[in-house]
Amino acid sequence: METALDIKALEVRYGPVRAVRGIDLGVSKAGITALLGANGAGKTSTVMAVAGVVPPLSGTVSIFGQDMTGAAPDAIVRAGVAISPEGRRIFASLTVEENLILAGSATGSIETATERRAALMERFPILGERRRQLAGLLSGGEQQMLAVARALMNEPRLLLMDEPSLGLAPQMVDTIFGILEELKSEGISILLVEQNAALALEVSDHAVVLANGAVAASGHPSDLAGDDVLKSAYLAA
Amino acid sequence: MDVLLQQLINALSLGGIYAMLALGLAIVFSIVRLINFAHGEIMTFGGYGIFLSMAFGLPPLAALTVGIGAALVMALSMERVAFRAMRGADVVSLLITSFAVSEILKVLFQNGISARPVPISFPSSWSGAYQIGGMTIGVAPTVSILVTLISLATLTLVLRRTATGMAMRAAAEDFEMLRMLGVKADRVVAVSFAISGLLAGVAAVIWTAQRGSVDPLMGFFPVLKAFIATVLGGLGSLGGAVQGGFVVGALEVLTQAFLPDSLAPYRDAIVLSAVIAVLLVRPDGLSPTKTGARS
Repeated sequence: METALDIKALEVRYGPVRAVRGIDLGVSKAGITALLGANGAGKTSTVMAVAGVVPPLSGTVSIFGQDMTGAAPDAIVRAGVAISPEGRRIFASLTVEENLILAGSATGSIETATERRAALMERFPILGERRRQLAGLLSGGEQQMLAVARALMNEPRLLLMDEPSLGLAPQMVDTIFGILEELKSEGISILLVEQNAALALEVSDHAVVLANGAVAASGHPSDLAGDDVLKSAYLAA
Repeated sequence: MDVLLQQLINALSLGGIYAMLALGLAIVFSIVRLINFAHGEIMTFGGYGIFLSMAFGLPPLAALTVGIGAALVMALSMERVAFRAMRGADVVSLLITSFAVSEILKVLFQNGISARPVPISFPSSWSGAYQIGGMTIGVAPTVSILVTLISLATLTLVLRRTATGMAMRAAAEDFEMLRMLGVKADRVVAVSFAISGLLAGVAAVIWTAQRGSVDPLMGFFPVLKAFIATVLGGLGSLGGAVQGGFVVGALEVLTQAFLPDSLAPYRDAIVLSAVIAVLLVRPDGLSPTKTGARS
């Protein structure tokens, strides 16, 4: 089986801090892998290493069978990866529309970008309504939608979603997870980092639990749901 | 009234130079987190570009264009040679690198050209004056105000309306995120240096046209004031840098014009005290950046 993302023995360091200590992790094609663990377990460091903005100390990152270890972020985007990062990180001083145009400008032509923008505004009607507003004025949930829509502008095959439900109202969380399942059914592979473990296990087909930068448990979500490792991983930090 | 208006024109003219230098510093800082101490040498190099092309017999307007081009080339080479290798280093390492670049260039100017000011003689009509409603207004300050306003307006349009400008604004807000969208870092950084170089070049043109000479420290002192302006405006804030530049320029001109002679030696102290007073009330500057820097 060809995998969308295959991480082997990845190590990430920030100065003396060993954030990620030799983890293995995979996302199958059109699958969702949930990456779980307490704050500081190394989830976001792993995602940032895949996105190419944090250089890994050792280990390999393969994307659709291609070795992309230490590649520049723009090469990783061209390999079909997009990110909806932790904290959303939408450009607050740009309008909703500008946020989308900017994301499309990196890869596609103007025409395809315009087409995709129109399609995304149909998919997320609230973004269409607010397209001329500054993105910083959107609500948290709307900003999260913008972050997802922005990631989709590059038509990714692998989507990195870091904490999409953080700080959102329950109804908005449902909407975001509904979109996630839609994307999966469209054949997009997803690496999902989520502090809401129960929810993440529900939508994923594989789960990895990190604790202190190492893999504490991995396997099928239904096997992990009642697992003590999962509970202790959240309490261990 | 007459005196006040003339001083106002002087303040705008000097403030405009500070504003352009401060904006150049702020654009680079907001994207690369580099406080470029060698920014003054970009301006000085532009000045020598004007001097040398006049010495080789180019007409004044062509020489001024060469000066702006020289500053642009200097800014881009600086980025390529000195700062690109240091990309991602901490603020202090970058600052020290820029000190080194600044010192090397100053020594090259002193030994390669002259440690003393070299004269540039522009047509005498440039230093003339005209009358409006009984007031005498200098040609050079008027032109420099116009040039400043046109430069700032053009830059605003570019930042607001073009795809490159959009990327620059986004980079100032969150460069890492922009890179994760697939935008190439090298290009954005090069454009930010190009803009700062062009602005320093225009500042060099106005500065030399008003003073008629170039020396190795020509850019150093105005850039010091521009640093103060960027801090006053809110470090990294582009609009704030422009505001700060005009405020510092106005303070300098007004203290020069209206302070009694006995207080004249304390002029810089008075200007800086005023800046400190503003920062005590507004520690993040006049118009701080909207979002904090994320590490």
